[in-house]
Amino acid sequence: MEKWSLMTITVLLALTVRWAVSLGSYSGAGKPPMYGDYEAQRHWQEITYNLPIRQWYFNTSDNNLLYWGLDYPPLTAYHSFVCAYIAKLINPEWVALHTSRGHESQPHKLFMRTTVFVADLLVYIPAVILYCFSLKETSAKKKVSSALCILLYPGLILIDHGHFQYPLSLGLALWAVLCLSHDWDLLGSVAFCLALNYKQMELYHSLPFFCYLLGKCFKKGLKGKGLVLLAKLAGTVLVSFAACWLPFGTDVEQIMQVLRRLFPIDRGLFEDKVANIWCSLSVLIKIKNVISPRTQLKLSFAVTFLSLLPACIKLTVQPSLRGFKFALVSCALSFFLFSFQVHEKSILLVSIPVCLIINEIPFMATWFLLVSTFSLLPLLLKDELLLPYAVTTPAFLAVCLASFSILEKTSAEDLQLKAFSLSLKGYVSWFKSFPRIVRSLVSGTGLSDAALPPPQRLPDLFPVAVAVVSCLHFLLFLVYFNVVILWDSKNRGQKKIS
Amino acid sequence: MRGAGAGQGARAMAAGGRGWFRALALGVSFLKCLLIPAYYSTDFEVHRNWLAITHSLPLSQWYYEATSEWTLDYPPFFAWFEYALSHIAKYFDPQMLVVENLNYASRATVFFQRLSVILTDSLFIYAVHECCRCINGKRAAKDILEKPTFILAVLLLWNFGLLIVDHIHFQYNGFLFGLMLLSVARLCQKRYLEGALLFAVLLHFKHIYIYVAPAYGIYLLRSYCFTANNADGSVKWRSFSFLHVTLLGLIVCLVSALSLGPFLVLGQLPQVISRLFPFKRGLCHAYWAPNFWALYNAMDKALTILGLKCNFLDGTKIPKASMTGGLVQEFQHTVLPSVTPLATLICTFIAILPSVFCLWFKPQGPRGFLQCLVLCALSSFMFGWHVHEKAILLAILPLSLLSIQRAKDAGIYLILATTGHFSLFPLLFTPPELPIKILLMLLFTVYSFSSLKSLFRREKPLLNWLETIYLIQLVPLEIFCEVIFPLTPWKQRFPFVPLLLTSVYCALGITYAWLKLYVSVLTERTSVRQKAE
Repeated sequence: MEKWSLMTITVLLALTVRWAVSLGSYSGAGKPPMYGDYEAQRHWQEITYNLPIRQWYFNTSDNNLLYWGLDYPPLTAYHSFVCAYIAKLINPEWVALHTSRGHESQPHKLFMRTTVFVADLLVYIPAVILYCFSLKETSAKKKVSSALCILLYPGLILIDHGHFQYPLSLGLALWAVLCLSHDWDLLGSVAFCLALNYKQMELYHSLPFFCYLLGKCFKKGLKGKGLVLLAKLAGTVLVSFAACWLPFGTDVEQIMQVLRRLFPIDRGLFEDKVANIWCSLSVLIKIKNVISPRTQLKLSFAVTFLSLLPACIKLTVQPSLRGFKFALVSCALSFFLFSFQVHEKSILLVSIPVCLIINEIPFMATWFLLVSTFSLLPLLLKDELLLPYAVTTPAFLAVCLASFSILEKTSAEDLQLKAFSLSLKGYVSWFKSFPRIVRSLVSGTGLSDAALPPPQRLPDLFPVAVAVVSCLHFLLFLVYFNVVILWDSKNRGQKKIS
Repeated sequence: MRGAGAGQGARAMAAGGRGWFRALALGVSFLKCLLIPAYYSTDFEVHRNWLAITHSLPLSQWYYEATSEWTLDYPPFFAWFEYALSHIAKYFDPQMLVVENLNYASRATVFFQRLSVILTDSLFIYAVHECCRCINGKRAAKDILEKPTFILAVLLLWNFGLLIVDHIHFQYNGFLFGLMLLSVARLCQKRYLEGALLFAVLLHFKHIYIYVAPAYGIYLLRSYCFTANNADGSVKWRSFSFLHVTLLGLIVCLVSALSLGPFLVLGQLPQVISRLFPFKRGLCHAYWAPNFWALYNAMDKALTILGLKCNFLDGTKIPKASMTGGLVQEFQHTVLPSVTPLATLICTFIAILPSVFCLWFKPQGPRGFLQCLVLCALSSFMFGWHVHEKAILLAILPLSLLSIQRAKDAGIYLILATTGHFSLFPLLFTPPELPIKILLMLLFTVYSFSSLKSLFRREKPLLNWLETIYLIQLVPLEIFCEVIFPLTPWKQRFPFVPLLLTSVYCALGITYAWLKLYVSVLTERTSVRQKAE
């Protein structure tokens, strides 16, 4: 069959799964008084449509910030505004000020689901398709199967089309990666600025972008072409930021208020049961009680910075596209594990870059993607999305197994660890058994997935267990990705060809 | 010759890929699970009611119970099937087994019923596996995606019609078609007795399969009861085997006795029969199935309107119902003569006859049998009394088996499957299911077109320009019916127009496919090699 019909089928399959998942429940369905993220999005539509732009981020009599106040950057607000405009055309009650609070109905659910579906179809999916077509050194069939795997990644589907969230910031970030891989640096930085202005969590990806582009400038020579490129990039970033913030740029107080909303420092080190290091450590020590909030902030900042440093330095010194993708993964993972106020959904920021390298390290990538979905399980259980989770996850595993035969690709070379194991030869003899350990761990996770222990005396036992298990996995992955990045030598590509 | 081919195919299956078959089957099962929260039709309540009836009432009341309007109108084996299910159902939610709990649909009930459909589909999956083994691997391609067996497995397992009828609309067609395909596979493997047994059992599960019984009867008679042919392919009368006839008769009688025997003893046979064949219903279903009668009705309507315009007809004498028609059960014809059940029966009989003759006089082994099976199903779909649009699956599924063997059949399959599946669209009318039906339809259609095209890429195009235009025009039709029409002021006055358009337009395609298949079967010359068989 032709490449194009295969790709069409892939996209149609992905869309079918997305819509089928969206038939299910959403975050906070029928749970007054606060509901969930679905209501948050609807509330933002209500706010942005009815209030003047200067009041969007301020606490007023019409805008109670304690009830799902806007806490995302301006692009999210504009997007809500556009959606609200369409909602108004269909049914004005959906966005009526005050009275629409907590509105739930089948037509409205259909409308909201459609907006997500359209956003996915227009931004995220084309980016994935184009990215897969631009992969080098792969057959047409491999390209299609990578696209299938990426599009069927259950974490994103369940969060976007089940839990309720827009895939726009991730989609824009993907467009940025796509542009950079075609050497369209300016366009890429515009796309990334848009992503950043859609969701501040995109900061997790900002350092690799910065280091990669900076490294590229250095490589061209800081006195000649490099300087020109640097100036152009800086100009582009400034202009795109200015464009996004234009309506708020009238006075400083507006900008400060938005920033305060975006970075709520007083919310504490972590919320809920997130699979990062702080939450897992708090099983042993109650960090939140021992250390003052200020120190928590400093501590998390310091640890994050330290863990980021090696990958970023390496990328700046040796900017390569491959290194860039791996750095995106490891930096986002560092942020997720160590930074302040992390949400469990933020693991998607790590997963999407992992998707991008699924054709290079199929085994580790699939494993990571499965664990990341697993770490979302408590959230999905709260939203009554267990059934789609239990269905899409094995389906994804089956697709990965079929398209990459991942279980056979666990040699040191396939894991891109050849260089590392060579440099360690002699010291570590157990290293050869690494693939076997990995395999048993995977099946272990799978089992714990399958036999969900019902929480009995300790209500939080189950979420905490999930968080700790996932966190341990993520730490392992952080080490792994850093090893791959740091031991990556330039002649690797030549070896592959020979 | 054919046996060797089948063996080769089986070996290819075993060597190359249990893997892909498992992946296909698992994939579609996962998709079915995702559809659990989707809309379900009143058939859901029908089956819940049957669960309740068979669970809580004695056998003697099964076919008399009428608390719900959805009385038991399937043959006894299906009732026993529901009885068996009900013993698992009580662990999910015992409330669903109370006859008086009309329209009861707790989450556990929905989950259980949906899951029962998904799990019983494993029989269908097994049957497809067996069918794939019957396909000879002459065209063995290197690429898995271009193997005929792979394409066949996708066409059957991922069949759009089965997915939406069983897993959204709600019915148990999957395992019933599984029984049918399994019996077809057994006949292809020359395990005639098993095939006959399976088909007899199937008939007592759902009697709609009686439409294809002539094909089974003649084929078994021709290739099992007569054990040899003359050199020119005609039947050798002296090779008649009494033993084989007796065995077949025994199987049919035993199965029937097992199914109907208890009711015969109770003296309820007439009641059971009257429940199974309700001729009181109208000529067409609420939504006209796209068959000959849809064209007939449409013609009648057009003539009525024309007659009123030109004052040939007196407006006051026209029955009221016919003008609001399309949604009423009893359709009264104004210009053309009304159709009686007997007339449809005769039409069906006449339509089936040539195909059966063909099977007898031009024996072509399993291929001829399948052709006759499809023609029987299609003919009875075309002319039957009160035909459901879902019955088209009875022709589409067996035709899939033929489509991967010959380019000509592939072309017919594409027309029939696309129009037939499109005509199922009105089954799902709720807005949330609109995207899913369109996506699934596109998925299946794109796949069937591109895979069959690549399979027969060395031969001439599968469809001519007229057929292509006809099929492409389904897109504007769908857009008009689902998007444009609801926005027009006619929506209130003529709510039936989209249904009418859909069924008439699809009826054209299905009639065309039927005729084309008939012509191709009747004009086909038996090759010398097949005669030798």
